[in-house]
Order: sequence, then C-alpha cells, then structure tokens
Amino acid sequence: MDEIGNMPESRDMLTIAGKQFRSRLFLGTGKFASSKILKETIEASGSEMITVALRRVDLNDPADDIMSVLDRNKYVFLPNTSGARDAEEAVRLAMLSRAASGSEWLKLEVTPDPRTLLPDPVETLKATEVLVKEGFKVLPYMNADPMLALRLQDVGAAAVMPLGSPIGTNQGMLTSFQVEIIIEQAHVPVVVDAGLGAPSHAAEAMELGADAVLVNTAISVAGDPARMARAFAMAVEAGREAYEAGLGPSGKQASASTPQTGLDFIK
Amino acid sequence: MKELPNFTVPDTAQLGKWLEDCQPREVENALRVNRPEGCNLGGLAALLSPVADTFLQEMAARSSDITLQRFGRTTQVYAPLYLSNLCTNRCLYCGFSADNRIDRRLLTIEEAEAEAMILNARGFNHILLVSGEAPHAMGVDYLEEITLRLRGKFAAISIEVQPLETEEYKRLFAAGVTAVAIYQETYDRAVYKEMHMSGNKTDFDYRLQTPARAAAAGMREVGIGSLLGLADWRIEGLALGMHLAWLRKNFWRTALTVSFPRLRPAAGNFSPLVDVSERDLAQLIFALRIFDPDVGLLLSTREEPRYRDGMIGLGPTRYSAGSCTAPGGYGSEDNSGEQFSVGDHRSREEVCQAIRQKGFDPVCKDWDSTFQIASNG
Repeated sequence: MDEIGNMPESRDMLTIAGKQFRSRLFLGTGKFASSKILKETIEASGSEMITVALRRVDLNDPADDIMSVLDRNKYVFLPNTSGARDAEEAVRLAMLSRAASGSEWLKLEVTPDPRTLLPDPVETLKATEVLVKEGFKVLPYMNADPMLALRLQDVGAAAVMPLGSPIGTNQGMLTSFQVEIIIEQAHVPVVVDAGLGAPSHAAEAMELGADAVLVNTAISVAGDPARMARAFAMAVEAGREAYEAGLGPSGKQASASTPQTGLDFIK
Repeated sequence: MKELPNFTVPDTAQLGKWLEDCQPREVENALRVNRPEGCNLGGLAALLSPVADTFLQEMAARSSDITLQRFGRTTQVYAPLYLSNLCTNRCLYCGFSADNRIDRRLLTIEEAEAEAMILNARGFNHILLVSGEAPHAMGVDYLEEITLRLRGKFAAISIEVQPLETEEYKRLFAAGVTAVAIYQETYDRAVYKEMHMSGNKTDFDYRLQTPARAAAAGMREVGIGSLLGLADWRIEGLALGMHLAWLRKNFWRTALTVSFPRLRPAAGNFSPLVDVSERDLAQLIFALRIFDPDVGLLLSTREEPRYRDGMIGLGPTRYSAGSCTAPGGYGSEDNSGEQFSVGDHRSREEVCQAIRQKGFDPVCKDWDSTFQIASNG
C-alpha cells in the first residue's frame, strides 16, 4: 500500500503460482457485520488476495452480498472449502466452485472437527494431490508440521499455509518453532494462516520469514475493522522489512551496543 | 462394527444437590476461564445455580465476548416447515397430542414442496422440516423424497421428526439432510413418564440415545434441547451440558446445537409445571455458552420480539423467523392445527432488519448442498 511507509521501488514482490502480489496480507471474509464494512475493510487492508468460504456464498447469484463487493479485477478471489470434513467433500466443492466462478485458486481446508477446526493432515494431502492434478492452484491450510509441508510441496501445492494457532483463537504464533523449520525447508511460499490475533503477531510471523499472513477474526471482530486492517497491513510491512534487513542475534544476556571485548592479546 | 456407547443421565436429585451446594467463588472462577474448550461441568453447575443470579451481568458480558470471537458479528436465520401434525403420541404439553381435536393434515410431497418454495421466495436458505410422530403415514421414504426434491434449492435441510434408526439417518444424510434436532423434552425420568402417556415417545431411553444414532450416521449437526416449563430448568441445563460433553467426546466430527423451547400456549391448554422466566432463560443461555464456546444456540419465535432482539449477540447464534407451526400455514392464512402459537410474528425481513440494527449480519446461507452425497434430485 502506497500510503504506508515509503517502500523503495525495488521492494520485493510475493509470487504464488506465477502471480505477483504487492501486499503480503491476505484477508478472510467471515464474521463481518455487513458487506459494507467488509468492502471498506478490504480496501483499507490493501490486500490483493481475498478468501471466501464457498459455503457462505452463492456463486450463481450475481446479487450475492459477499461476491458483489469483491472486485475480481482488483483482487484474487481465493475460494475456500471451509466445512469439508474429508478429501472427497473438498474436491467436490472445489470442482463445483471452479465451474461456477472460473477460478483455479483454492484455499484447501479440510477440518473434520467442528470444534477446533484443525486441519486433517491425511485428507489434506490426499485432496491436494487430486486437485493439483485437476489443474488447481492449491494453497492448503495445514498444521505447522514441517514434514507435512514438504509432502504438500512435493505433490504440487502452490504455497503452504501453516497455522499460528487454531482458527479464531487470536493466540498468535504458538507454533513459531515449527513454522521456522517450514520456512527454512520449503521452496514454495509459506503463508501463516489462522490464530493471528493482533498486528504484533503478524509482525512476528513476518519477522520469522513467512512470505505472507492471512487474517480474518482479529480484523472482522475488531471495534473498527477497517482501521484494524490498516494496522495489520503496517505490521506486515514492518515485519517483512525487519526480515529483509536481517534481525540481529538475540540472547538472554545483556550485550553492549559498542562491544569492548578484550582481544588485545591477538597479534 | 463398534457398538454405540450409551449416554446416561445421573439422578436428577443428585444434580439438584450439586446445584444447591454451589458457591459464589465457583461462579467467579467459571467466569474467569479463558480456554477454547470453555469451563468444566463444575463451572456450568455454578453458572446455573441460584448463587449465579447476582452475576447475570458478568455472565452476559462473558457470553457475548465468547460468541463474538467464535461466531463473529453474524446471526444465522432459518425457518421451520411443518409437514404434518399427525401424531400417535399422547403428550400432555403438545398441541399435536393425539387427544387434541385439531385439524389433522399431512402435506403431500407436492404441497410440502410448494410450502418450501414459498419460504425460498421469502429468502430462506436453511429450513427445518418438522412433523408429529406418525411413522406409518410419514416415515423415512417421505422424508427422503421431499429432501431430494428440495436439495439444491436450499443450502441446508434439517429435520425435527420422530426418532429414527442409524440406517435411516444414513439414508437421509445421503439424500441431503444436514442436521437432526431431537429434544429430550426433559431429562427427569419421573416427569417424562408423567408427560408422555402413550405412544412410541414413552420410551425415555430410546429417545435419549437418538442424538448418538444421528451422529453415528454421519449427520453434520445434531441439536438437543429441553422443553422449558416441565422440570427445574437448572437441572435440565446441567443435564444438557452433560449430554453435550458426552456427544463431543464420542462424536468429535459432529457439530452440536442446543435449543431453548419455552412452553407456549397450545391446544390442550396445558399449564407449565414450573415457571421459567425470561431472566432464567438468559442465565441458562449464558451458562451454556460459557461452558461450550462452539455450540450453536437457537432462539426461536417462541420468544417475543423484545426479548429476541435484546439477546442478539449475547449468546444465541441462530434465529428462526416468519414461522408458522401449522402444516400448510405458509400458503394459507389458516393457522388451525398449529403446534403452538408463536411469540414473534415478524417476517424474515423484519427479523433481519432487527439483527442489522444490532450491528450483526443476518446470514441466510452458511452451508452448501454440494457437501453431501446425492447427485440426483
């Protein structure tokens, strides 16, 4: 977003499945008070990748309240399979969605436990494999399991989306240790999805080297969603800058800004 | 195949004793719990107990926060469709009781479809098919056929009919039924026996295991509830919590809901055995929300507009609207043969407007028929 900071022209772009994105903040569209507020929030976020639960929209209805605020010339429409409890359901939903919307982008969610909404690794891998063969650009929502990230990458996922903490919990980066390994190992983009409850959480994920973050609840249930979206956008920028700049080492012991390490004995 | 586990309700006198012994400190502790899985059963007992009455304000605030976080600024909207008021049960509280002299009617499949399409035209996308219990006239074949007809026209189809077998629920799930509501009416065996004088419904235990059968059949959602006005609502609330917790443990794939039907005037002129005030109902709703952050909570048109509007966002997540409880009641002005008279007569649009005024989005579609199996229809 241009009004946020004065990012140099050469700033890095994020590329997923050949498509370039300026913004590294992806936005979810659930839990908003109205489509008007949703529209304002999308605009304020600067996001170019907007995910929509297929269960919530009627793709065949041109007057659908969510789809009508989503300008597909400005944003990548990323339908998600929220509600699917196995690979078969997710694949069926994806096929129908593509037939109705023409979009090959898909955020794969296979969450058989309606309580925690944690992703099923076995079914997610199965569905990814099938959908990639069918020509989808698949971004699977996954637990922060480095081994699974590699397996998903191997079967052709366009990006991996490990969770920071369970959906809607606003608990932040409870999975940092695992996410760092994923970032280290994966060659596809890593998008931290779910659980980011405050801009500082998003900044933390970006500082770790995540390529992007996806936020929904923390923005949609905020007192002023559009303003919170701006706050997240700034935090994402800041976190990315910090990562690019290279964070200094950290430790438990104090260290002086101007070190006086006695090395006089060296000839 | 693994045998189905059984849910058992502890003795209601024991539950009553537990509630009586609760201390204000336990209420405070339950209000402080901030875990995704909610407070424990001890906390629920405290929140339902008489000592929690002075904490109603704090309970409302906590319940509202949890609901906002889990469900966002949304409230789902649905409508019931009464298919039949034929009933072979004799139940003291119910307008459909076999003893009552009311106009009896079973909609033909065509009539039922026509009624559904009226609801569809009014903007409903989630419907609940309701009937009395008359399995020879209205059984699984009928339900399967009407579901196959409506499938694709509605995002979600739920049923609230007589208890069925697991295999029957499997057939209906494949046809496109998403959810099953089956209310125990009361968890107090003695009161249950008194209320249900004859018919299949006299079997307390068969009814009690019905939610488990529906869940085992793969239903996406199972709804339970007590008819408020029959027995001590605090004990009913605690039993509901135990039933919820048991279902969660045994059927982790199934989403759960709770309904809070308070007795309304109906044919037969049954008077509630116990009083359940609006304040009591609020305490019950807040307590269950704090106990189970994920459970869907339904507040139907049994309650008046003032109360329903006031409760938006405080705990309930789903509202019925524009309801008629007589079969064929949407296509005609004739309400004779209704199960009970509703308290909120507003149309869907009026209820949606009230939801919007509270800063919430009335959600009419939050499911999709393509999740489920049948491809014909």
